[in-house]
Amino acid sequence: MHLFPIRPPEASTLAPQWDHLFYFLTLLTVFFSTLIFALVFYFAIKYRRRQKDEVPPQNEGNLILELGWTIIPSIICVFIFGWSSQLFMRSQRPPAASTEIFVVGKQWMWKVQHPEGPREINQLHVPVGVPIKLTMTSEDVIHDFGIPAFRIKKDVVPGIYSTEWFTATATGEYHLFCDQYCGMGHSHMAGTVVVMKPEDYERWLTSQMNVKPMAAEGERLFGQLGCNTCHPGQGKNAGPSLQGLFGSQVKLQNGQTLAADEGFIRQAILGPQAVAGYPALMPTFQGQLNEEEVLELVAYIKSLGPPAERKTKP
Amino acid sequence: MSTVALETTPTLPEVHYLNADYGWRSWLFTTDHKRIAWLYLISITFMFAIGGLSATLMRLNLIEPSGLLFEPASYNKLFTAHGLVMIFFFLTQSIPTVLGNFLIPIMIGARDVAFPKLNLLSWYIYVLGATIFVLSLLTGGVDTGWTLYTPLSTTYANTNVLSATVGIFIAGFSSILTGLNFIVTIHKMRAPGMTWFRLPLFIWSMYATSVIFVLAMPVIAITLALIALERVWHVGIFDPGLGGDPILFQHLFWFFGHPEVYILILPSMGVISELVAAGCRKRIFGYSFVAFSSVSIAAISFMVWGHHMFLTGQSVYAGLVFSALSFAVAIPSAVKIFNWTATMHKGSVSYDAPMLYAIGFIGLFTIGGLTGLFLASMGTDVHLHDTYFVVAHFHYVMVGGAIMGYLGGLHLWWPKMTGRLYPEAWARFACLLVFVGFNLTFGPQFILGYVGMPRRYAVYPAEFQVLNVLSSAGASILAVGYVIPLIYFIWSALKGPIAGPNPWGAKGLEWTIASPPPTHNFERTPIVTEEAYAYGPEEAHVG
Amino acid sequence: MSAEAHGATLVAEQFDDFEQQKHADTFGMWIFLATEVLFFGGLFCGYSLYRNLYFEAFTAGSHLLKIEYGAFYTLLLICSSLTMALGVRASMLRRPTSLTVYLILTWIMGAAFVYIKLRYEWYGDYLEGLVPGLNFAPHGESLEIINRFHATLPHVGLFFIFYFCMTGVHALHMVVGVGLLTTLLIFTRQGKVTGGNYNWVEIVGLYWHFVDIVWIFLFPLLYLIGGRY
Repeated sequence: MHLFPIRPPEASTLAPQWDHLFYFLTLLTVFFSTLIFALVFYFAIKYRRRQKDEVPPQNEGNLILELGWTIIPSIICVFIFGWSSQLFMRSQRPPAASTEIFVVGKQWMWKVQHPEGPREINQLHVPVGVPIKLTMTSEDVIHDFGIPAFRIKKDVVPGIYSTEWFTATATGEYHLFCDQYCGMGHSHMAGTVVVMKPEDYERWLTSQMNVKPMAAEGERLFGQLGCNTCHPGQGKNAGPSLQGLFGSQVKLQNGQTLAADEGFIRQAILGPQAVAGYPALMPTFQGQLNEEEVLELVAYIKSLGPPAERKTKP
Repeated sequence: MSTVALETTPTLPEVHYLNADYGWRSWLFTTDHKRIAWLYLISITFMFAIGGLSATLMRLNLIEPSGLLFEPASYNKLFTAHGLVMIFFFLTQSIPTVLGNFLIPIMIGARDVAFPKLNLLSWYIYVLGATIFVLSLLTGGVDTGWTLYTPLSTTYANTNVLSATVGIFIAGFSSILTGLNFIVTIHKMRAPGMTWFRLPLFIWSMYATSVIFVLAMPVIAITLALIALERVWHVGIFDPGLGGDPILFQHLFWFFGHPEVYILILPSMGVISELVAAGCRKRIFGYSFVAFSSVSIAAISFMVWGHHMFLTGQSVYAGLVFSALSFAVAIPSAVKIFNWTATMHKGSVSYDAPMLYAIGFIGLFTIGGLTGLFLASMGTDVHLHDTYFVVAHFHYVMVGGAIMGYLGGLHLWWPKMTGRLYPEAWARFACLLVFVGFNLTFGPQFILGYVGMPRRYAVYPAEFQVLNVLSSAGASILAVGYVIPLIYFIWSALKGPIAGPNPWGAKGLEWTIASPPPTHNFERTPIVTEEAYAYGPEEAHVG
Repeated sequence: MSAEAHGATLVAEQFDDFEQQKHADTFGMWIFLATEVLFFGGLFCGYSLYRNLYFEAFTAGSHLLKIEYGAFYTLLLICSSLTMALGVRASMLRRPTSLTVYLILTWIMGAAFVYIKLRYEWYGDYLEGLVPGLNFAPHGESLEIINRFHATLPHVGLFFIFYFCMTGVHALHMVVGVGLLTTLLIFTRQGKVTGGNYNWVEIVGLYWHFVDIVWIFLFPLLYLIGGRY
């Protein structure tokens, strides 16, 4: 065993890519620091003051040197910027076919919801080798869902959904930390990410008893809150059908066109804006639903089919 | 090699600014910029003690993974106090109000600053703000972190957020007025012949810093006012439940916050130029490049604030722009480092404490600046954001950079301010302790950040303990290194050997007048005819 | 007293001559105004964000403001800037009586601005239940207007927060301005101004014009959103 860790585990597809850039930057830092330290110490010794009152010959400067040590670091910076921005873009774009898991942060715990139904507190079970996309929000202050072994983290902000993704490459248990100071229990808002072989993960999913899939819970809420009286409704007070809504483009009464993603649906439930062609009658459900229930409704609406099946208003 | 004339038996002048008038009224109602510098020196040293004590208690607590001394609720108040005190009540003032106040008029050949009464008012405003803030600490403290992120600070925190923000708000106006005073002074009160390009580089840095003062500090003022408003009346400016945007706060805060850190480092860079010039008895290599780099750092610093927000859900394209500009702002700093190193080449390098602090700065700021690149680069920032890597980075530039410059400057100009010398052997020893202690404290924190330890954690996983213990051990050495100068400076002020006008054989208007200087600095307004650092005719002109 | 009447001026000891002092004082005020731009800037930034996000609510809120007051203030302040500028000219021409008249006129208009705003406009807003944090509960005609624009109540509250904050900070600056005018009036009576320190009037003039310009921005941004039907 080492005296102390000098490296977190490399447990995701992103981790080795991240580490390569990190090592490059570390080498760069070591090189230039050593260079400067060495020069400074060498000059300090070689040109040390030998007589108390001596004054050395003066020199003004050197344009070539100035240009050189401005342009060369600039080129190095452009190189790093290019490499790092590419790495960042890759780390922010989940593959299309990712498995989705939902996270709600609140002071001071993580509530994880699998679409198939199982819920966890401060733990996240995932299968290895499968891209996972986390959709997250907070119920109170800003948190951050950080997994050092995967080299990812993302702020979890109240009022919006934020996402991050990873593909785990090694089974095992890894640290999960809250990485944005959130009050008294911030350092206790930690947990474990458990990466399992796919067959073990399936077994774990089915072993969680008496849980309904999120979309089924959402359907239940849909009826319980009376959403189905207007969506779709009868007559001139009908709201738009939600069949095929998810993923489509929605034109609002004020002229804006928005994509109907998870965030749009959340906003439509909690603070609706009038849709073009429909009366502005939808009430807000702010205060009646917690974030987990909103996610279940979102899951239900997502299950109502992709945009190709969307019927137009007669 | 040519020589300077060093005085063999210096004496104290009969009348100087310290003994020209006696009594508490002559100090508390002074308009002499030199006395105001002392008023600030005493006040900020007191605040440094509070900030340092918080840090000591934090590092003690972190020896044990489950927290040695404090519950998280108390620990959270400690790191908040440490950050707020060190940034708003110590570092922002340190070089500008102590060394800047003392030296700017003298270095440009003036009798005082443009608005001496405003200068005194700045000090009183600072003291009022600091008093309110300290009272807020004593009556329960704040636990939001120095960054006061919403909605934690506005809606969820149960601590003295309101009184703390009032204290900081007030102290901010002290800085705005100081910056205004310095800008007008440097523009309008230079002695005949003191053109812009004959100014010491310390003046260039202080000018750039003052511009940032007047443009950035008002933004934190209004932001703090909005926090106070929200806290008292819960109106929803930053509360998502009422339609507000918590990220708006971060934009407003960091629009101030990033230029603020350049307020903290630019004056120190200015001091380093003076230390290196005096410590090598040589013109700073590439004077105009160093001067322009101060101005460009100040300008670009206003355009990079989003690099603190890469993970908030901010537009990726905005992030790319912020990242690119953050790399750009690193270049002028690198240019300064190279020029200082080149100045040492074929110089006459002294081993006195001021030069040792400058050498320490050059090395430590290089590390601090380069580790900033890890954070400016979006890809690597994802993993390192909000970990101890960030803590290590900013302490390397703030402590290894800014504080080393402050201490080096205090040592260089101590003889001018007091007329007496400090004990050189003790000063060198303290400098070494600071250097070793500092690296031991913050070096391991880079590793801690890489392996994933988040910042602002009161407890942590057991496998991180060894690194934390190393860091705490370093902090104890660093603390000793800071206490020793406190002791010998007090001794020196009372009993130190007489310094004379120019114990260093250095160039600069401040070394042409007596130590301590007369109240009006110059018997006759100087006429400036030579370049800055004119140690001799240019002999080895290369390129 | 007679020294001032004959045009002698007091040069503070840190300055070499009156010219240097005059330039330093004026430059100092310009820098101070730069800080004020940044101070108000934070509020304008927040305003822009929320107006963009909640345009209906901001339009509704704007229609709930009393545009007659806003227009009157604009007229008042522009006139007061005129009298202030005339005052600066009077001080440069060494005419203490004219200067006093113009300063008093400016003073009256500035004080009227603050008084009318607090006593009538803001008090009226309070009676209509439009003050967030205090009694925000629009009813009757106000509520009709909000519904007409399909605005959400909390977002209209946000509009009103920015309205009170921005006009409130502006009003504070007006109070300071009136205080500066009072000081100038006293100095004029004591003969300290027309003697040679006319740049004090110019400096207060700079401040006054700046506060006026801020209002020129506030008026359309707050009172004129979405036009009037």
